[in-house]
Amino acid sequence: MSAVLDGAAAAAAGAVTAGVAAGAGTTGDETTGAVLCLAERDGAVVADSSLRALSFAASLAGTAGVTAVLFPGPGAAGPDAAHLDGDLAPDALGAYGVTDVCLVRSDELTGYAPAAWARSLAQLAAAEGMSAVVAAATDRGNEVLAHLGAMTGLPLAANCVAAEHSGPGSWQLVRQRWAGSVLEDAVLAAPCALLTVATDALTLAAPAPSTARPTVGYFTPALTAADLVVLATESAGQSSGMSLATARVVVGGGRGVGGPDGFGALEELAGLLGGVVGVSRVVTSQGWRPHRQQVGQTGTKISPELYLACGISGAIQHMAGCQSARHIVAVNTDADAPIIAHAEYAVIGDVNEVVPALVAAIRARAG
Amino acid sequence: MHTNPLDILVCVKRVPMVGGKVVVTADGQDVDTRMSGFTVSPHEECAVEEAVQITQRDGGTVTVLTLGPPEAADQLRDMLALGAHRGVLLETDGREWGPVATAAAIVWAVGELGTTPFPLILTGNEAADTGGYQVGIRVAHALGRPCVSGIKRLELAGGVLRAAREYGGAQEMFEVALPAVVSVKEGINLPRYPSLPGRLRAKRAEIAVLRPQWQDDGLRKLGLRAPASSTRRAQVLGHGADAVPALIGVLGDLGVLPAAARSGDDGAAA
Ligand SMILES: Cc1cc2nc3c(=O)[nH]c(=O)nc-3n(C[C@H](O)[C@H](O)[C@H](O)COP(=O)(O)OP(=O)(O)OC[C@H]3O[C@@H](n4cnc5c(N)ncnc54)[C@H](O)[C@@H]3O)c2cc1C
Ligand SMILES: Nc1ncnc2c1ncn2[C@@H]1O[C@H](COP(=O)(O)O)[C@@H](O)[C@H]1O
Repeated sequence: MSAVLDGAAAAAAGAVTAGVAAGAGTTGDETTGAVLCLAERDGAVVADSSLRALSFAASLAGTAGVTAVLFPGPGAAGPDAAHLDGDLAPDALGAYGVTDVCLVRSDELTGYAPAAWARSLAQLAAAEGMSAVVAAATDRGNEVLAHLGAMTGLPLAANCVAAEHSGPGSWQLVRQRWAGSVLEDAVLAAPCALLTVATDALTLAAPAPSTARPTVGYFTPALTAADLVVLATESAGQSSGMSLATARVVVGGGRGVGGPDGFGALEELAGLLGGVVGVSRVVTSQGWRPHRQQVGQTGTKISPELYLACGISGAIQHMAGCQSARHIVAVNTDADAPIIAHAEYAVIGDVNEVVPALVAAIRARAG
Repeated sequence: MHTNPLDILVCVKRVPMVGGKVVVTADGQDVDTRMSGFTVSPHEECAVEEAVQITQRDGGTVTVLTLGPPEAADQLRDMLALGAHRGVLLETDGREWGPVATAAAIVWAVGELGTTPFPLILTGNEAADTGGYQVGIRVAHALGRPCVSGIKRLELAGGVLRAAREYGGAQEMFEVALPAVVSVKEGINLPRYPSLPGRLRAKRAEIAVLRPQWQDDGLRKLGLRAPASSTRRAQVLGHGADAVPALIGVLGDLGVLPAAARSGDDGAAA
């Protein structure tokens, strides 16, 4: 791609959809055109989910190349847009198959603005004749690509786990439904494919050390006032202590705990194991515990070393949130509960007997 | 601070209430619903609760809309029982509508529903079954409105909405003037249980029916399948408190016991 682009020029190159269509129309049956991929930041590095999305985009693009698009981070609007550290600085992204890095510069982008990010991607995709735009299926990735779809009239396939170019303007996909409990085989017909990638369902290929360094360029989008109406301001989280999403141990409690009082023992156990408590939806909808502790499809996704699920039946919507747990141990009165088929070990018994006994035993050993 | 009475539109989708296991129908086209009831996604139920709370405080009305088969009227009645005022069914012949077609139908219906411009439209962040993550955003663009997504806190004051959501452990805040579209997530509130008078009212309520035009979506389903799953069963460590020594052994092997407890008698395992 050209090193410096500006949005006004890109927009002048034609209506966005038309531009995208013209670009992709030139690709043959076997090969795709180049692919644009949103790269989100995680502090001063590229987020792990985005690295996976970049690898996915690279396999889709083949030899046509992948452009990673980075937006200014907090407090890094303008020329500092490039600021990324160490192994994940723009130069190093080549290891993930990235051929070009595009740093978006804009004085107006003082924070996350989904429509403005989408507008920037639309202008880049049109100017470069991209055959696909990819992002990790994160909150932002899904949101930005939905805006891009709405702006261009293109369909969006969210939460893909596989994609293959199957002919001009045609893509064969596998995507998740029910938060991954069901897979859908689908065909996407579009001049430019918009895909988000369910990155936690993919394994990240080890970075290839020998790959060439990507080119680095800048892009200044042409943004309208409407693109900037939704602009985030960030405030420090009230988050104190460990987060459910990243805890190494999660002690889960469900309806089987019997009521709000039973959670004292679970909290105590979680404390001893250096973890936090997570709960099922029954527990939050009864008001026994706050929703921020909910694990599952409409709660938090967890990936601990150990998930100790107590009095939880193992409904698919709950399991959707703990598929990435390394080890699951269940405590349940019912030896036939669905959770038993997901767990590695099980204790058949009453949570209100087993958990206090376990706490006492750990304390006895420690003391 | 008070805001003027609003007419709020909330979009909900009828989805199967799947429990412990998903079974795909023999033709591979749908989730088998013979053993399950139907519901709306938790996100959308919270959207209805939020709208009801706003109108109870500031006045105005809540219209719930769903696009689906005739039976989707059941889900509208469930939402009327929570306190919504009006139900609108965009009736389909039962075939699956994609998000592009769904959004177009909702936009069309907003026009059909007459003089009410619905300054506030609420949706869920994503539908529980198909998980498209886009209908609200497409509706917003088609109506020339801003859209804030994934919202877990909403305040209205003088025609301006302040919305917040979580991002990487911090709070992200948005402030936009109405009219706007907001997609919400479960956790924004705790939906009430329907009251008996609410249920009776819902049973009798008339539901407006509109028939939108189907359109191709670009994304076509070929079939559904369950992901490969292990057929293992857990190794049972024991029953009740008697299993605790074995459980301690497992926790020790996983390296999650506190250091002091770990240095105890390791022979307790298994
Ligand atoms: C669209 C949608 C989204 C959803 N999202 C989520 C979500 O994000 N998270 C979520 O958790 N759920 C979600 N659900 C709800 C889900 O389907 C289940 O209803 C819920 O997970 C069940 O919670 P539970 O396991 O605590 O309760 P139950 O299913 O009632 O199970 C209780 C379990 O406890 C056992 N038990 C009973 N007494 C004891 C005892 N004394 N000691 C030990 N065990 C005992 C029982 O054998 C049973 O297995 C969603 C549902 C839908 C339709
Ligand atoms: N068939 C439908 N009828 C009414 N609202 C819908 C329908 N499908 C989706 N929606 C709304 O749009 C949101 C996002 O859906 P989706 O983009 O399909 O994941 C849902 O949470 C609903 O609020």
